[in-house]
Amino acid sequence: MTMTTSVEEDPAVNALVEQPIVPPLRKRRSVVVRVCCAWLGTIIVLAICANFLPIADYAVPVGPSRMGPQWGSLDLLLGTDSFGRSILSRCVYGARVSLVVGGVAGIAGLLIGTALGMVAGFFGRRSEWIISLLADAMLAFPPLILLLALASILTPSVTTILIGLTLVTIPTFIRLARATTISWASREFVRAAKNLGAGNARILLKEILPNIVPSLGAFFPIVIAALIVAEGSLSFLGLGIPPPQPSWGGMISDGKASIATAPHLVFVPAVVIFLTVFSLNQIGDQLRLRFDRTMQD
Amino acid sequence: MMLTFVKRVWRGLLVLFLVTAAAVGLLGLAPGSVAEVILGENGSPDAVAELNSRLGLDQPVWQQYLDWLWSALQGDLGTSPLTGQDVTQAILDRLPVTLQLAAMGLILALVAAVVLAVIAAAAPGSWIDRGLSAVSSGFLAIPAFIAGPVLIYFLALKLGWLPVSGWSRIGDGLGKNLQYALLPAVAIAFVEIATFQRLLRTDLVSSLREDYVAAARAKGMSRSYVLFRHVLRPSSFSLITMAGISLGRLIGGTVVVEIIFGLPGLGQLVSSSITLRDVVTVQGVVVFIALIYVVINMLVDFSYGFLDPRVRKAARA
Repeated sequence: MTMTTSVEEDPAVNALVEQPIVPPLRKRRSVVVRVCCAWLGTIIVLAICANFLPIADYAVPVGPSRMGPQWGSLDLLLGTDSFGRSILSRCVYGARVSLVVGGVAGIAGLLIGTALGMVAGFFGRRSEWIISLLADAMLAFPPLILLLALASILTPSVTTILIGLTLVTIPTFIRLARATTISWASREFVRAAKNLGAGNARILLKEILPNIVPSLGAFFPIVIAALIVAEGSLSFLGLGIPPPQPSWGGMISDGKASIATAPHLVFVPAVVIFLTVFSLNQIGDQLRLRFDRTMQD
Repeated sequence: MMLTFVKRVWRGLLVLFLVTAAAVGLLGLAPGSVAEVILGENGSPDAVAELNSRLGLDQPVWQQYLDWLWSALQGDLGTSPLTGQDVTQAILDRLPVTLQLAAMGLILALVAAVVLAVIAAAAPGSWIDRGLSAVSSGFLAIPAFIAGPVLIYFLALKLGWLPVSGWSRIGDGLGKNLQYALLPAVAIAFVEIATFQRLLRTDLVSSLREDYVAAARAKGMSRSYVLFRHVLRPSSFSLITMAGISLGRLIGGTVVVEIIFGLPGLGQLVSSSITLRDVVTVQGVVVFIALIYVVINMLVDFSYGFLDPRVRKAARA
C-alpha cells in the first residue's frame, strides 16, 4: 500500500510516464522548402500577370544587342539577347510556355494514366495484362527519342508538343495508379462495400480514388519538373515552340553561340530553369514523404 | 525459374512487336505522303507515285510492316531516300560514339554516387548527410542542356582545360579521345548521380538497421568494415536495376550533348534526319534505340535473379 503511493508520488516516474510515445507528427518545414514555394509562387504569378506588368514586349528590341545586366531599367535588369530584346521579359513570358505545357500535359497524363492504371489494378487478369504491356511498350521508347520521332512527322506547335509530352507521362501514372490501387483494393472497407452490393464504378470512384489521389498528387510536381526539362530539351534542339514565342530552353539554345562574349544569355534562363525544377522536386519530395504510403517505412 | 524466364522473354518480344509496329506506323502518320515531303512541292504526281512504290508505301500497312520486319531481321533497316545512305551502316558508324558517352556517363555517375551515398549513410541525419542530399537534389535539377553550356563556359572557355567541342576517335589515341569525351559525359552524369545517390543512400540506411549488422558490430568489426563488406553488397542490387534503366535513358539522352558538343553520334544522326524530314532514317534509329532499351531491361531483370539468392528462391517457390 505504502509502496504504491510512494511510486505514484515519485516525480521521476511520473515524468517517465508522461513522455510522449509517438513522435510529434508535424515537423517544421525546412527553410529550403519555404523558399522553393515562394519561388514557384512568384513564377506562377508573374506568368499569369505578364500582360499587366510594366515590362517590354518579348518580341521588341529594347536596347543594343547582348547588353549585360544593368541597374536602373527594369527591362535591362537581366540584359538583352542577340536581337536586343529584354531577357527579363522573355523569361517571364517563357514561364507561361513552360508552366502551361508542363501543367496541361501533366494533368492530361495524370487523368488518362490514372484511369488506365486503376482499371488494371482493380480488375486484374486480362485488362491488367494488356494495359501494363502498353505501358511497357511506351516506356521502351526513351522519352526524348519518342518526342523527337513525333517531331519528325508532325510540325512543331503547342498542340503536337502537348500530345508528345502527354504520351511520355501516361505510363508513369499507369504504373503508380496500378500499384496503389492494388494495395487499396484488398482493404476491408472495399470488401465491405462490395458485400453491400456496390458496383465496380462506385467502388473505384468513391472508395479507391479518394485514397490514391494523395500519392498521385504528391508525385505530380515531380512529373511537372520532368516535363519542363523535356520541353526545354525539345526547344533547345529547335523542335519546341516555334519563335518568336520565347521558351526557356529556346533562350539557352539561342544564347549558346555567343556564350564566350555574353554568358548571361545562357546563364539567366539556365538559373531560372534550375530553380524551378529544383523547387518542384523539393515540394514533390516533401509531399511524398507525407502522403505516399510506399515512401514510409 | 524456367517458366518466369520464358514469360519474360515472351513479354519482351511482345513489347518489341508493339514498338516496331508503332515506329513503322510513324510513316503512315506523317501528314501528306512521305514522298511529297521528300520531293517537295514541285514533285510531279508520277514521281510521287514512283517514290511511293519504291518505299513500299502503296502497300497496305500490315504488308509494309511485314516487309520491314523481314528485312530488319536480316539486319537491313532500309536505305535513306534522301541521302541514299544505308541506314544500318549509318547507325553502326555512329554507335561507338554514343555508346562510349553513355558508358562513361554511367561509370562517372556510379563512382560519384557510391562515394557520396556511403559518406551520407555513414552518419544518417547528420549535417553531412543533409548537405549531401541537398547537393544531390540540386544535381537532379541540372539537365544536360544546362550542364553542357555551363561546363563549356567554365572548363573550356575560362580555364581552357578541355576542348570546347569536336571529337577524336579512340583509334587516334585514347588520351585525346578522353579529352573530348569527358565534358559531354559529365554533362549527362549529373542527373544520374542524383538518382543513384538517393537510391543507394536510402538502401544503405535501411540495410544498416538489419540484425546481421548489429551482430557483426557486436563481434567487434569496425563500422567502416561492416559498411563496405556487409552492407554495400546487398544494397547495390537495386542500384544495378537503376543503372540498367539509366543506361537506356542515357543512350537516348545523349542527343542533347551530341548537339552541344558537335559529336558524330546517333543523336546527331536523328537530329539531322529530323531536320531533313528523312523518316526512314529516324525510324531506323528509333527502333534500334528501343531495341537496346528493351534488351537491357530484360538483362537487368535476369541479372537480378542471378545476383540475389533471395529473388532466385522466391521465383522458384
